[in-house]
Amino acid sequence: MHVGIGLPNSVPGTDARLLLDWARRAEGSPFASLGVVDRMRHDSHEPMSLLAAVAATTTRIDLVTMVVIGPLRRTPIFVREAATIQGISRGRLTLGLAVGARPDDYDALGERHEGRGHRLDEQLADLRDGFEELERGPHLLVGGGSDISLMRAARYADGYVHGGGPPRSFQRAADRATTAWIEAGRPGKPKLWAQAYFALGDDATIERGRSYMRDYYAFTGPFAAKITEGLLTTPQSIAQFVRGYAEAGCDHLVLLPAVAELEQHDRLATVMSS
Amino acid sequence: MRIATIGGGPGGLYASLLLKRSSPELEVVVFERNPRGATYGWGVVFSDRTLTSFREADYKSYVDITDHFVIWDAIDIRYKDSLVRAGGQVFSGISRRKLLDILTNRCTEVGVDVRFETEVVAENLDHDLVIAADGIYSATREARAEVFKPRVREGRARYIWFGTTLPLDSFTFIFHANDDGLFQVHAYPFDGTTSTFIVECSEETWRNAGLHEASEAESIAYCETLFAGDLRGSALMSNQSKWISFPTLKTKTWIDTPPGLVPIALLGDSAHTAHFSIGSGTKLAMEDAISLAKAFEERDAAGGDPEAARTALADYQMERKPIVERFQEAAQQSQSYFESTSRYQELEPEQFVFHLLTRSGRIDYGNLRQRDPFLIQDVDRKFAAGSGGSARAVVAPPPALVAFDLGGVRLDNRVVLSPVAAGSSLDGVIAGSDREMLASALGASAGLVLTDEVAVSARGRISPGDAGLYDDAQVESFKVLLDRGGRAGVRLNHAGARGATKPRSTGLDRPLDSDSWPLLAASPIAYGRNATPVALDDRTRAEILEDFATAARNAGRAGFDAVLVEMARGYLLGGFLSPLTNSRTDELGGDIEGRMRFPLEVFAVVRAEFGGPVGASICADDWQRGGTRVNDALALVAELREQGCALVEITAGFTTPRFTPHLDSYYLTVLSEQVRNESGVPALIGGAITTVDRINTLLGGARADLCILRWDP
Repeated sequence: MHVGIGLPNSVPGTDARLLLDWARRAEGSPFASLGVVDRMRHDSHEPMSLLAAVAATTTRIDLVTMVVIGPLRRTPIFVREAATIQGISRGRLTLGLAVGARPDDYDALGERHEGRGHRLDEQLADLRDGFEELERGPHLLVGGGSDISLMRAARYADGYVHGGGPPRSFQRAADRATTAWIEAGRPGKPKLWAQAYFALGDDATIERGRSYMRDYYAFTGPFAAKITEGLLTTPQSIAQFVRGYAEAGCDHLVLLPAVAELEQHDRLATVMSS
Repeated sequence: MRIATIGGGPGGLYASLLLKRSSPELEVVVFERNPRGATYGWGVVFSDRTLTSFREADYKSYVDITDHFVIWDAIDIRYKDSLVRAGGQVFSGISRRKLLDILTNRCTEVGVDVRFETEVVAENLDHDLVIAADGIYSATREARAEVFKPRVREGRARYIWFGTTLPLDSFTFIFHANDDGLFQVHAYPFDGTTSTFIVECSEETWRNAGLHEASEAESIAYCETLFAGDLRGSALMSNQSKWISFPTLKTKTWIDTPPGLVPIALLGDSAHTAHFSIGSGTKLAMEDAISLAKAFEERDAAGGDPEAARTALADYQMERKPIVERFQEAAQQSQSYFESTSRYQELEPEQFVFHLLTRSGRIDYGNLRQRDPFLIQDVDRKFAAGSGGSARAVVAPPPALVAFDLGGVRLDNRVVLSPVAAGSSLDGVIAGSDREMLASALGASAGLVLTDEVAVSARGRISPGDAGLYDDAQVESFKVLLDRGGRAGVRLNHAGARGATKPRSTGLDRPLDSDSWPLLAASPIAYGRNATPVALDDRTRAEILEDFATAARNAGRAGFDAVLVEMARGYLLGGFLSPLTNSRTDELGGDIEGRMRFPLEVFAVVRAEFGGPVGASICADDWQRGGTRVNDALALVAELREQGCALVEITAGFTTPRFTPHLDSYYLTVLSEQVRNESGVPALIGGAITTVDRINTLLGGARADLCILRWDP
């Protein structure tokens, strides 16, 4: 299993230049990839333009969206953005897409929430076609927990990206994703990606991480507290979590930071190299 | 903090007791509209595991409850003239009345204010939290129905709840048929002198017996006569007993914490119900209570901080709802088993019992072997005997390893491998990685290896890299592989509306940009983004029949042991079978008789030209509105059987790209079981099967005859 690290592009107040420093550091560390999230909010850095800059700053590390809310983006432009990043990075992009869980992301753009699944189907087919002219198109991943999402991944994508949770919940979703893949008659196996949030350091740092989680998941109402408890805050919990995912058959796990400080990158790098 | 519980059943009482016990500063009141001691139902069953959780939650009531228990460790099944006992199944029963009595006393003891004969409305209460434990028809929930979004599904069977003085020493299922139909009984002891005795039957049987217009006394008389041999003189007793259909309730959320209104948490039957055949609603309600009280304790929510209380409620829902949903899924499987028992009357007692015990998907072959090895030995022996083994054999292999007679061809075992092709064939000649995969599958000791789709003509290919059986080079390349040994079957296919696409390694149903070919289908209805096909006409009908005939002969020349005609997955023949893709008005369209005419013609031709056994892949349910359902599949399989069909592969979905997938293996299994047991044609099933234990479970329970194992060379 490969392990990647996220960029804190959605942590409010993060300076864009810190993100590039972070990317350069990750380039020289044991991480296999750099991941970004997508959130329609003024204080969140736009993932595609950020990845373009990161692509120019790095040469080795893979780049992945975990995930982009596809139906909110106009496909023809989106194809070219991705193709540009793929060109600059010399083929290091993996594009994760989903319908997203927040109705307010749709509201923010005046987009309809209804029919988003079907729009994502169309978009995935268009992306496939659009990338065909590239020598090597980005890999496509689909996220979401329903059987429809999993079949969507099997129909159009190269793999599935899980939304987070303990290894057991990943395992269940991964089994279903593989079943969908086989039922669809796709050769080989789906690439199985996953993600989790971490914050390492003293109590104050961890508390800032928790407060970001509570805020980020505030749209789930009273459930935000429980989700926040899933934040990985010790080297041991990270080591156990990584091992649990590896045993559950995950191909690539991206650990996303809940605190936007370079030290977070270094702390995680230390945990991963030990 | 002040909490009001509406409903004084076991769930409401237990939640109140546990909350008050762990936080004595709480003020907890229970409102029950009925007088004390007015109860419905007879006994309640708990499993070992539930009892352990009671012990941890409140030791005192646990001791009181266990003092009044009846414990047993077997399930007896009376079926036809046999009695089969399955051991190692520990359960306990208690009278519902006694349970309520214990919990009410314990509530009072810890300081819960229990008020009987008091009816309240949640919205009029000024408490900090209302626990709605007021049952399946919860008025509290209904007042906020737009939030909780309750949905009720009525079961298809009818049942009635009796008591009897017949002493039982086990959980007992009785299956008994008379001229009106088949009746079954779920019976279990609960207080040393009385047992619960639930009688269940189909709607049709119920009407045949005139029970829909029978009085309570007449219903009792009817059942006493029917089960006279089992009751051995004991009477059936009623408790306002009525024949009903089981209502399964699901709710979107269990908690509602709106600003300005009293927060409500649903608990027990007001939030969910699950068919009684795998466990009682009381058990679920009391487990809900434990979870709710635990969340309050963990969040320190009793102090009056509304935020902490809201978080505790969210924890409660997040912990319990997924568990209950999985339980409801298993209960649904169990319920649909009991709604279809008439279908299993042909089974041998051992197989019938094995099917019954594995009905909900929660117990498999491996679990049962641990619990009762002797029972599994009998199951193995009977299964092997059904396939030519001796019924007196001292040992028998597990079902997966028993040989199978596929229309005269002997398969050494029931495991099938079906490698998925990546599209590495050249001009239809199997080559590259696809060839290697097939070779490696043939060397893996499976009972049968099935190819991926093999085209009957160049234009019948899905993608340019597909293998075919329409020229001599293709025959020769298969022959070289098959001559090395191993049993092999070929899927013969014409891709129809799904033809001329890019390799499936790059996604499904993506039309070729160049070197494409015209598509042919039942009707000019495009499959997704594919080109619109041309409808089959007299000329192409004859050509397709000829193509299948040639390919069938070639399959024989290549050395295939069996042929499977592809009639599913939205390809040419599958497209004929579904009204979603067949809008013809000639003799090849219209009702199922018309729609299956052409696929059956093809089948007849293949059967005539191929020397060995011929089967078909069928779609048992389109999983789409306006599409085929299992009845259409049964009509097709009945005709196929007449034509000597040796095997049907059960699939579902994919007739169009817009179907609703069901990835839980249960959905396919239930279709397979129904097709197999109603038609008598052996069934092959695939999809999500990853272990031999699972194969043993499916075969032992007569749900399939051959299974495709997920395989990673």
